[in-house]
Amino acid sequence: MEKQLALQMRGITKSFGPVVANNHVDLDVYRGEILAVLGENGCGKTTLMNMIAGIYFPDEGQILIDGKEVVIRSPKDAFEHKIGMIHQHFKLVDLFTAAENVVLGTESKEKYNLKAVNAQVAQIAERYGFRLDPAKKIYDMSVSEKQTVEIIKVLYRGADILILDEPTAVLTPQEITRLFDVLRRMKEDGKSIIIITHKLNEVMEVSDRVAILRRGEHVATVNTAETSEAELTEMMVGKKIDLNIHRSTPVNAIPRLVVEDLNLYNAEGIHVLKDISFTANGGEILGIAGIAGSGQKELLESISGLQPVESGKITFYNPKKDRPVSFFHKSMKQVRALAAKGAFHDRNLNDVTFHGMSNKAVRKWVQNGDVLFREDEVMNLRDKTPLEIRQLGVHLSFVPEDRLGMGLVGSMDITDNMMLRSYRKGKLGFLNRKKPKAQAEEIIRELEVSTPGVSTPVRRLSGGNVQKVLVGREIAYTPKVLMAAYPVRGLDINSSYTIYNLLNRQKENGVAVIYVGEDLDVLLELCDRIMVINGGAVTGIVDARTTTKEEIGLLMTKTDERKEEDA
Amino acid sequence: MSTVKKNEVREPLIHLSKRTSVNPVRAWAIRIAAIVLGLIVCGLVAFLLIEKLNAHPEKIGDFYTAFIKGSFSTSRKFWKFLKNIAILLCVSLALTPAFRMRFWNIGGEGQTLVGVLGAIAVDFYLGGKIPEWLLLILMFIAALLTGAVWGVIPALFRAKWGTNETLFTLMMNYVATFLVSYFLVIWVPSGSSSLGKLKYGKLPSIGNDYLLIILIVVALAVALYIYLNYTKHGYEINVVGESVRTAQYVGINEKKVIIRTMILSGALCGLAGYLIAAGLDQTVTTESAGGQGFTGIMVAWLGKFNPLAMILTAALIQLLNQGAAQISQDFDVSGAFPNVIVGIILFFIIGSEFFINYEIHFRGHHGLAEAGKEAVK
Repeated sequence: MEKQLALQMRGITKSFGPVVANNHVDLDVYRGEILAVLGENGCGKTTLMNMIAGIYFPDEGQILIDGKEVVIRSPKDAFEHKIGMIHQHFKLVDLFTAAENVVLGTESKEKYNLKAVNAQVAQIAERYGFRLDPAKKIYDMSVSEKQTVEIIKVLYRGADILILDEPTAVLTPQEITRLFDVLRRMKEDGKSIIIITHKLNEVMEVSDRVAILRRGEHVATVNTAETSEAELTEMMVGKKIDLNIHRSTPVNAIPRLVVEDLNLYNAEGIHVLKDISFTANGGEILGIAGIAGSGQKELLESISGLQPVESGKITFYNPKKDRPVSFFHKSMKQVRALAAKGAFHDRNLNDVTFHGMSNKAVRKWVQNGDVLFREDEVMNLRDKTPLEIRQLGVHLSFVPEDRLGMGLVGSMDITDNMMLRSYRKGKLGFLNRKKPKAQAEEIIRELEVSTPGVSTPVRRLSGGNVQKVLVGREIAYTPKVLMAAYPVRGLDINSSYTIYNLLNRQKENGVAVIYVGEDLDVLLELCDRIMVINGGAVTGIVDARTTTKEEIGLLMTKTDERKEEDA
Repeated sequence: MSTVKKNEVREPLIHLSKRTSVNPVRAWAIRIAAIVLGLIVCGLVAFLLIEKLNAHPEKIGDFYTAFIKGSFSTSRKFWKFLKNIAILLCVSLALTPAFRMRFWNIGGEGQTLVGVLGAIAVDFYLGGKIPEWLLLILMFIAALLTGAVWGVIPALFRAKWGTNETLFTLMMNYVATFLVSYFLVIWVPSGSSSLGKLKYGKLPSIGNDYLLIILIVVALAVALYIYLNYTKHGYEINVVGESVRTAQYVGINEKKVIIRTMILSGALCGLAGYLIAAGLDQTVTTESAGGQGFTGIMVAWLGKFNPLAMILTAALIQLLNQGAAQISQDFDVSGAFPNVIVGIILFFIIGSEFFINYEIHFRGHHGLAEAGKEAVK
């Protein structure tokens, strides 16, 4: 059967101020096919799709549907041309049921007959193999179910061309498989499906053809069967890229951070962390896998002192027995206080108290390396604020998920953001920007941050560069424990590999790295061990070298017995 | 490509886009254009409303020169102009640390008023009984203290119970007004509602009556600029203002910062009250703050919370006020007319911010898009 053109874009151009998001892009979509639109962040994929969906209006060019030129001025126009877009962020009313959300905004009178609507929704669901209860409220739904509602919403309105913006970002491997099955069934039904993604394995798995965009321009459209991941990457980035993460075997991994039976209730009184226990070893990357919102954020925040925990222990180990004291992580005052408690001895095992000695003499003695710790340092981090943890001399770095809302201050420049952790240095009330500025310049150089200068507000930088600034700062703090939550989310391939390499280098330096990720392929390649959590409880800790994606996927949705009792 | 044709006919007439970067020269050009446009509209409105102008259109020149005359025609007017700027600027400066922290302190009026009240209370009870220099110092302390207390109460409630500071500070203004009425009843024994000018507690005159006040406020502007941009406290204020979560993340106790900053903000309002009490009035009425607590908010916003830029915005507002007052005098119109003039011009100034941040595209004009393409190439 001859393939029939559903949608054509001819010479589409769209600019935002001086930035050209799409430059004369041509794109064809046929009936009954799945077209993947592939490209790095900021290449104009979403802008292009938004023009089909009526959110933006092109500066130049034509859109043809079934060979006829159309004007799409608003999402309503798009619906009239049977185009529906499923956005990354769902637009649903939490208090309504699935069916109510589906009919919301349609003009048909029958929307008030909920029974009929329920039946219709159930029928669409059955036709394409969705699992959905039309009468279920949105707030009771998992992310995957909400996505299903969004898809049914556009199908209900009769869409023949469906655009999905990064639909897999929030799903487990099992849910992704199910979504792909549904997409294939819709394709057989004659629908055209455009899926925006930057995950190559998904492109290979589900699409018929791939359109590649780079810097706003259409590079090529190829048949999926005739291409390879390596070729696609090259077209996407414009050069060959090494897609391997070089994972080294951990060298004498020692416990660094031990969490025992941690329980946390959030502000609404919900039990968000349930008896979590694990050990993060120095010189090792511990991955944390789980469906978004399973307690990853809360776990990292409670370790770093941002959330007051209900019960449990958080202990930091510093193996210092018989090793020399240094001023690297401690101030003179802290060293003196510890000495007074009898924590140090000299080379002949005599107590060192520094009693009656000048600071200068103490400094000299310590710097000679002749003052040694009597015991390993064991510090309790529970119920300590971030500042108190810092004052204990525990270097705990944390790259939070919300980069500009938590890790950095968007309106401040790179120098001022470098100071966030260190601005308190110096006795007087004035800031000293000299060192932070040097540090900012170093990070720009070392991590190849593309920015007009150190005084550019970080909000103006692209996602990858923002993240480089944040990770760079946290690493410059010479951490013993480095926690990173979704550090490559939204980053292009190059920046992602820069971040993986940075984490690996920290691991090789003996840092205990905790990596919360969503891409299971990356977790498997990067981490040494993977802890899987679901609903705030640990469902398993597995060896990343021997486990499989399927095993992790099962653990991600496993409910343990304790949780049942709780409920 | 020959098949490409522009969507000239069907494109929406107007669409807006946010500018990605703001060119400062262009921004100032837009602002100045807005003021000019505002003045023209003022002229038109005046032409319609003022009979004297209606009958003698040639007098329109006098209408505009009145703006200059209002502040510069005599040396007395000029000094008054500077003094008014100073007091208004002092209140705006006081509000700035709070605003930088996104703590919407609408209570500058009340904080200034209790500052006046505090200073005058000391003056009333101790004036003449202790040396003048000591009296002035005690008045100073009293003004700062009362202002600080008035400022910190909403901050404490916000830190402890998360109350809305905008409403709270606003209500405190009314409390301050009634507090003044209460003390006036106590202090003024018989029927008369005004306290009258007190004999003691007047700031010394150095060359000119107002010079000391002006110098104090200029020094304050510079000091505050340094405080906000070059000290650890200023840095903390900026972090808390931008994101409380970031502040917590780096171990800044945001409650402490809010309370500390509101003590400062209130105390500086108290200082403005002191300048009014000891430098100008030597008395207190419920109108002592004269609405400057509210005008100050506008000055601070227009100056983008930059203490040095606020000197200019305060001057602009004062120029408008005095010019408009001069107009109502010269053209013999009601006292409400100056408000109309000031309102029109502010409308244009505030409206210009929209044109600074957004770009308007008309149908068929792709000049900018083309230019953008060139730039990218």
